[in-house]
Amino acid sequence: MVELATEAEWKQLDELLDSYRGKKGSVIPVLQQAQEIFGYLPKDVLLKISQEMNIPISQVFGIVTFYAQFHLEPRGKNIIRSCQGTACHVRGAKAVLKAIQNKLGLDDKNVTTSDLKFTVENVACIGACGLAPVFMVNDDTHGRLTPESVGPILDSYL
Amino acid sequence: MALVRAHVLICTGTGCTASGAKNVLARFEDELKAKSLDKEVSLVETGCHGFCEGGPLVIIYPEGTFYTRVQPEDVAEIVETHLLKGRIVERLLYKVPLSEEEVPTYEEIPFYKKQHRLVLKNCGHINPDSLEEYIGADGYEGLAKVLLEMTPQQVVEEMKKTGLRGRGGGGFPTGMKWMFCAASPGPKKYVICNADEGDPGAFMDRSLLEGDPHAILEGMAICGYAIGADEGYIYCRAEYPLAIRRLKGAIAQAEEAGLLGENILGTGFNFTLHIKEGAGAFVCGEETALMASIEGKRGMPRPRPPFPAVKGLWEKPSNINNVETFANIPYIFRVGAEKYAELGTEKSKGTKVFALTGKINNTGLAEVPMGITMREIIFEIGGGIIDNKKFKAVQIGGPSGGCLPDSLLDTAIDYDSLIAAGAMMGSGGLVVMDETTCMVDVAKFFLNFTQAESCGKCTPCREGTKRMLEMLTAITEGRGEKGDIEKLEKLAVSIRAGALCALGQTAPNPILSTLRYFRDEYEAHIFDKKCPAGVCTALLDYTITDGCKGCGLCKKVCPVDAISGELKGLHNIDQSKCIKCGACQEKCPFKAIVRA
Repeated sequence: MVELATEAEWKQLDELLDSYRGKKGSVIPVLQQAQEIFGYLPKDVLLKISQEMNIPISQVFGIVTFYAQFHLEPRGKNIIRSCQGTACHVRGAKAVLKAIQNKLGLDDKNVTTSDLKFTVENVACIGACGLAPVFMVNDDTHGRLTPESVGPILDSYL
Repeated sequence: MALVRAHVLICTGTGCTASGAKNVLARFEDELKAKSLDKEVSLVETGCHGFCEGGPLVIIYPEGTFYTRVQPEDVAEIVETHLLKGRIVERLLYKVPLSEEEVPTYEEIPFYKKQHRLVLKNCGHINPDSLEEYIGADGYEGLAKVLLEMTPQQVVEEMKKTGLRGRGGGGFPTGMKWMFCAASPGPKKYVICNADEGDPGAFMDRSLLEGDPHAILEGMAICGYAIGADEGYIYCRAEYPLAIRRLKGAIAQAEEAGLLGENILGTGFNFTLHIKEGAGAFVCGEETALMASIEGKRGMPRPRPPFPAVKGLWEKPSNINNVETFANIPYIFRVGAEKYAELGTEKSKGTKVFALTGKINNTGLAEVPMGITMREIIFEIGGGIIDNKKFKAVQIGGPSGGCLPDSLLDTAIDYDSLIAAGAMMGSGGLVVMDETTCMVDVAKFFLNFTQAESCGKCTPCREGTKRMLEMLTAITEGRGEKGDIEKLEKLAVSIRAGALCALGQTAPNPILSTLRYFRDEYEAHIFDKKCPAGVCTALLDYTITDGCKGCGLCKKVCPVDAISGELKGLHNIDQSKCIKCGACQEKCPFKAIVRA
């Protein structure tokens, strides 16, 4: 993988680490905001956080791999969160997920398109059960989906 | 405040926003300006009304006219007809399913009629970004009363009298919890609000946080005073960005107004609040895991005792309650414990908010007194089953709960009756299932969830959920064997007894309750290799009917060459070769391929 992080991003990370220096229990917010800066958590970023916050890298790695929100691989520009919660499940969420995957040429193992435009994730519930089945693209929630309605929605993010 | 002659309330909760409420709002702004009405008509963004099915929702006061599924194209007509000419736009009113009767106002809609909205009272009716509107709706009156007229001991006693039980699922009496924490010695204590609403199918906490954030803050401050804490944390899922934004805004306003922070209302009581964003782990809804997560560790539960009331966050005594529990507190201290305890059953007091979802006509949030029957909730408030299909089961309590059959529809709902029936209140998610839902598939769905979310610390949960999921998968794929049901039952009971935290202990509930009420479906899968509901693909056969025109598309798309037939002649599927991928059915332009 080519090193994609820019100087500006590293500078932002420095400022972030400074703002949390000495505050207890702050490693998770630091990781969350670091991921916002870089789009994911590259190894070098984790090493830097470990050193600056004086937490063993093994512990940082343990936290990152425990929570579903953290990602060690680069991700697409648009994040699709396909809800697989109970309400969505009984209203046909599987067929919607399949339609998304077919449209983007992805499957359960390959979740990011090669042009880094889209990443597809499953989430357990986004709390919009009244509109099931739903998915989120970035911060927008789309509801009452059918396999047919998926294509035009995704196209609008291109 | 400027005087206006009408208020237009637009719901911008998550559900309505997903249905396009922001575009409706923008169009209203333009239209009102264009007609020079922007000075006399006020536009208000509100939180969730709970009637997400009808979104985007628009209510116009003083009449209280309730418009549903409003689209940007409809706005000009509403402004012209309703706001200028004073006539109701009838085509946008809510229509009762079946009777098609139009209902003009909020209170008359069957969905709301049976409800008793104490906790959700403000949701959808005040602007959640406005402290003034919350105070206008009697907000912070409870906190003022507590701080000025009561001692912390009196507050705890009052809470015990209400009989309020924790709304997060376990149902532990809140007053007792406060008493234990108040009794713990030490100058430093914490109040924690569990807003890590993770049960799939439950979204009442989200609506409360988005629609009435100040109520949560007020509830937490009252708790802080009662137990002697000066600091609190709200642990909220990162999946709820709007809730986090509204909470941050509300905390800033309350601090500005002297209702949070130092020397609140001049009484010398200090209370500051922080927000912690979750990072996506269901197990963090468990209290000890949640506290580990706030401390910046992996969110894994630890054995209790010591309970959080003795050793909680950073080893200090802590009291942790759920969002809906805190939302009850301001009302309780406004009206007093006795009045509160009039509602509900003997052992379950007050109201409960249920999230109605699944194959039901009116999806949304319903707040009802404890003791109401499931039939009233599903068929009166919920408007019955979609397409008039037959009711099969209702799943209550998320992955920890169970599935109840129609024979239990008339049971009064409270904490204890649900546990007796093999389910639990949980957070109050109700997912309605009809005859086209396979109960084995539902059990598998939940096991899939708990297995993925198991933190891996204790063996019964880590290994046990995996084994149970494997067995359920085998059954749904036609590989079930005689004795599987008994093995499942035995394993389920061991996990329930042996797991470290509630996630593991309750993980077998979906299996045990479906086995209890829908054993015949398991048997059909195992012995007859059939899925009665027609869901489990591996147990279904694809066949071509007489509708076939012989176009040959199915033959081309079949990945295993299982389809034979001449062009323009009836085709046939070789069942021994068919892998049941369904590709032929999707391709067939004449809908001549059936699955049964």
